Amino acid sequence: MDQLLALEPTSGPRSLLDRLFDQGLLVRTGVDGLYGRSGDFESVVEAVDRIATRLGAADRAESLRFPPGMSRPAFERSGYLKGFPNLAGTIHCFCGNDADHARLLACIEAGADWTGGQAASEIVLTPAACYPLYPVAAARGALPEPGLLFDLQSYCFRHEPSLEPTRMQMFRMREYVRMGSPDQVLAFRELWLERGTAMMRELGLPIAVDPANDPFFGRAGRMLANNQRAQGLKFELNVPVNSEDKPTACLSFNYHQDHFGTIWDIRQADGEVAHTACVGFGLERITLALLRHHGLDIKAWPAAVRDRLWG
Amino acid sequence: MVVPDDIRETLKSVAALSETTDSLGEDDNLFDKGLDSFGSVQLMLALEERYNIEFPDNLLNRRSFSTIRIIVETVSKLTVSAAA
Repeated sequence: MDQLLALEPTSGPRSLLDRLFDQGLLVRTGVDGLYGRSGDFESVVEAVDRIATRLGAADRAESLRFPPGMSRPAFERSGYLKGFPNLAGTIHCFCGNDADHARLLACIEAGADWTGGQAASEIVLTPAACYPLYPVAAARGALPEPGLLFDLQSYCFRHEPSLEPTRMQMFRMREYVRMGSPDQVLAFRELWLERGTAMMRELGLPIAVDPANDPFFGRAGRMLANNQRAQGLKFELNVPVNSEDKPTACLSFNYHQDHFGTIWDIRQADGEVAHTACVGFGLERITLALLRHHGLDIKAWPAAVRDRLWG
Repeated sequence: MVVPDDIRETLKSVAALSETTDSLGEDDNLFDKGLDSFGSVQLMLALEERYNIEFPDNLLNRRSFSTIRIIVETVSKLTVSAAA
C-alpha cells in the first residue's frame, strides 16, 4: 500500500492517466501499464466486444476462448522471440525443496533478490490472442475448401511499461482470424477494414487508417518493419488519444501471408500452405479513445454513441 | 572484390535457399525463390559478418536483398566505404 500511495502525484498538470485514476475508471497497482478497471470502464469494454460480435455474426466464425497463457513449446515454435524478445513474458515458478523454500523466504526477509531460484514453467503469457490458435487449427488437418474463420478474445501481455494509458502491459484483444487461400484471407481483411472503419465512425471517433508495422526488436527489426510496410501487410486504424501527433492504433488488420501456415504446417484443401490474416480490436484502447473524446463520465456521452454501445 | 559466387556461398547459410543456391541466376528474385523476411535478416547478418560491414538503415529493405546482382553491388559499395 505504501508503494501505491507513494505513486500518487501531488502537483502539476493532470495527464489522461491521472484523470482516469482520479475518476476511478482505472485503478493503480503500483506497476506502470498494469491497472484495475472500474465497472464503468468494463461496461464500455463489454459493449465494444458485443459490437465486434454483432459485426461478425453473419460470418459464423467458430468462437474459441483461451486462457491468457499458452504452451511454451508452441510459443517458441511460433517465432515470436525472433521479432519481439523484449515484449515476451514467461511464467516462472518455484520448483525447489524445503531448503530452497527457506532460502527464498530468507531472501525476501533480507530484501534480496528471491527470483534467482525460480524456474521457467511450461507456460508463457499470450502475446496476441491468435497465438494459441494456430497449433490447434493445424492439429485438425487440412482446411476445408472454404477455409476457416475463428473468433477469439484474450488478455494479452507485452512487457512495455509506460505511462501512456493506451500502452498497457496486460490488455484484452478481440480477434477474428481467417485461414485459407491468399484471395480468401485478403478479402476477409478488406471486409474488416470497411467494417472496422464504419464501427469507429459510428462511435463518434476521429479516425485514420494508415500502413503500419509491428514493433520488431533491434536493427534486424528495422528491416522486418520496412519489409512489412513495403508489402502492405499491416494497417492500423488510429485515433488520437494521448496526443494528436502520435495517435493510438485501436484496430489492426494483418495479412501474415504463409508465415503461420508454414510454421504450423497448416494446409489448404488443395495441399498448398495456408495463408492467414486477422483483425484485432484493442478493447481497452477503443474504450480509452471513447473516454478521451466523449468525456470521463460515460452517462454524459452523446445519445447516439450510448445507443450504439448499449441500445 | 565481391563476386556472385561469394554471395551464393553466403546464401547457403540461409535455410530457405540452401538447397537451390547453385542454380540461382544473378537476376533471380530471391523472394520468389523462397527467401522470407526472417531469411533476409539472416542473410543481412551473414553478409555483415563475412564482409565486416554494416548495412545502413536506408538499405534495410527487401530490395537490397532481392537478387544476387543487387547484393553484389551493395556489398561492393559498403566494403569500399568501410575500407576508405
